[in-house]
Amino acid sequence: MAILFQGTKQQELELKEVIEKHKDQRGALMPVLQKAQEIYGYLPIEVQKMIATGLKIPLEEIYGVATFYSLFSLNPKGKYRISVCLGTACYVKGSGDIFDAISQKLGIKNGECTPDGKFSLEACRCIGACGLAPVMTINDDVHGRLTVNDIDKILSQY
Amino acid sequence: METVNIKINNIPMTVKKGLTILEAAREAKIEIPTLCYLKEINEIGACRICVVEVKGAKSLVASCVYPVADGMEIFTHTQKVLDARKINLELLLSNHHQDCLACVRNNNCELQKLCLELGVTNSQEFKGEKQNFEIDNSAKHMYRDNNKCILCRRCVAVCSKNQDVSVIGCNDRGFKTHVGCAFEKGLGDTACVSCGQCIVACPTGALSEKDHTDKVWEAISDETKHVIVQPAPSVRVTLGEEFGLPIGTDVTGKLAAVLRRLGFDKVYDTDFAADLTIVEEANELIERIKTGGVLPMITSCSPGWINYMEHFFPEFIPNVSTCKSPQQMFGAIAKTWYAEKNNIDPKDIVVVSVMPCTAKKYEVDREYQNAAGENIPDVDISITTRELARMIKKARISFESLPDEEFDKSLGISTGAATIFGATGGVMEAALRTAVETLTNNKLDKIDFEEVRGLKDIKKASYKIDNLEIRVAVASGLANARKLLELVKSGEEKFNFIEIMACPGGCINGGGQPIQPASVRNFTDIRQKRLDALYNQDKNTKIRRSHENPAVVKIYQEYLEKPGSHKAHEILHTKYKEKSPF
Repeated sequence: MAILFQGTKQQELELKEVIEKHKDQRGALMPVLQKAQEIYGYLPIEVQKMIATGLKIPLEEIYGVATFYSLFSLNPKGKYRISVCLGTACYVKGSGDIFDAISQKLGIKNGECTPDGKFSLEACRCIGACGLAPVMTINDDVHGRLTVNDIDKILSQY
Repeated sequence: METVNIKINNIPMTVKKGLTILEAAREAKIEIPTLCYLKEINEIGACRICVVEVKGAKSLVASCVYPVADGMEIFTHTQKVLDARKINLELLLSNHHQDCLACVRNNNCELQKLCLELGVTNSQEFKGEKQNFEIDNSAKHMYRDNNKCILCRRCVAVCSKNQDVSVIGCNDRGFKTHVGCAFEKGLGDTACVSCGQCIVACPTGALSEKDHTDKVWEAISDETKHVIVQPAPSVRVTLGEEFGLPIGTDVTGKLAAVLRRLGFDKVYDTDFAADLTIVEEANELIERIKTGGVLPMITSCSPGWINYMEHFFPEFIPNVSTCKSPQQMFGAIAKTWYAEKNNIDPKDIVVVSVMPCTAKKYEVDREYQNAAGENIPDVDISITTRELARMIKKARISFESLPDEEFDKSLGISTGAATIFGATGGVMEAALRTAVETLTNNKLDKIDFEEVRGLKDIKKASYKIDNLEIRVAVASGLANARKLLELVKSGEEKFNFIEIMACPGGCINGGGQPIQPASVRNFTDIRQKRLDALYNQDKNTKIRRSHENPAVVKIYQEYLEKPGSHKAHEILHTKYKEKSPF
């Protein structure tokens, strides 16, 4: 689901400055994409088009790179960023089911954000809290020893 | 020439330094199989079908990109090699929708041929997850079925390197890697120019033109319709390939004969309209030169080029000739002059074109292409050379043994100048023949403009006509067109007249032409053979100047008054629009 692009003039100026700085350099695309993601938090079509025009690189090539590296995100992060640990300990304790339940409840897949911008969902690897497995974080809060039945209650706190 | 001594399968030989193992093996009469390799276009060694053993090397090497070296010992068909090729093929096949029976490329599929050779049946060796992609049907001229894609990237390479369009590429990674457009848009929602070069580069059935032959069959069997057909110049030198004839065989007579036998009411010729285009376009050029109009004027017959210009170089809209393409001029005349003369309601005329081109499928639906009125398109159905071959095979007409016949009169009369429209430089030469003679009012002794012929990326020439110097340039392949346009834009070079064709080499190498496998394309310039056949026909034609085409002369006398008249503008000219570069 597309989320309305809300880039500001200030962000655009910042990006243009980055493009200007790198545009004659070989392999400029990676640093520009990284900076762009820093500026906007993600890489929507509006941003990729600005980069395509500025660096004279086809949009498809940029999209290919942006979808190749997991570092880059095509979707914004939500106000509350949910990270479900799919590391070994959490996974054997059923974090896969937790992930699926949240995904289903919010109607978003891995890496996506709800249309209202409230929640985004991603899978992460071990966060070093195996004793609490299965575990997830919502922004800086850690929720452990989860069962699928806890999900509604936890999400309703946000 | 620097050489190296090598051994291939224990047989010593001396070959040119710098050759790849693949090329050297070919000199030893061994054709190493390939899938992803397209000479000079896609040399990425990705598919690993061409692997061979090199003595002392740690592993098998990809012969398509591995250069020979002095003392190298190469083995091209050891058990290890054959096993590796087979496994690689089985892996590709494990994620390939194998509906070969119904596939458009059945019997002309590079993957299928290899499977047969290496004894790979629909093996369950690597049973596992299979991709399931939706077919992209969004473009007017073609579809993409990624379930048959083997990720060779040949389409991606031609789209970016030859055509500078770059609307397709590899998205995602690992098992999910697939060829697609930015943000997973359908091809029809991008700046795709419809040239179809990706289709002729595809080794499998992943890419294909949209087949419109059903519509043609339906029209032919509808007795209330007057169905007329027009094949483009280049089709007559390529259609034979579909029936096993050598590349570059001129089958003009058989083409007329087979179209008649398929059941078209009249068998006419786009060549006639090419002559008409030249008269109209040469007049436009002369007018622009005389009245200080926008120069350089650029040709408008290639709809792939027109699409490219609208998407990527809209600032050149005022430079492009407003003349419709020959396909459209034919339809426009058929539904106006021809309809009136024969007392047929233009709504009952079905104009079918047979084109070397997939962009023509896009062109028939363009705006400002309906001379006879709203909802009466100049051309109703445009099919490719390949689709015509499919119709002939379906009807079981034995093409090779047909007699040579002529096209029907009036709209089937043409000159040598029209024939060469199918090759890069041909439109330029045809236009020069007419423009120079019109400007000087003198008949030229020599009408061969050799400088603009041939397969060079960009050709430039200068001609002195009375006290006027005309500078011309010709480019084919859109990447070359870009280079030329940049020269014009920067003011580095000045020209009066430019010809651009979207496909490298012109229509003879169009996206709708018979598909030759990479094994042929990598070692033969199929463009040269097809092109030679066209120039040969021009040379042997009695009338070689478009303005001397008696049918064209008659239409101006009876109907259009004179080139560039108000009426000619209404019927034979069109308009262009700026479009998004994304």
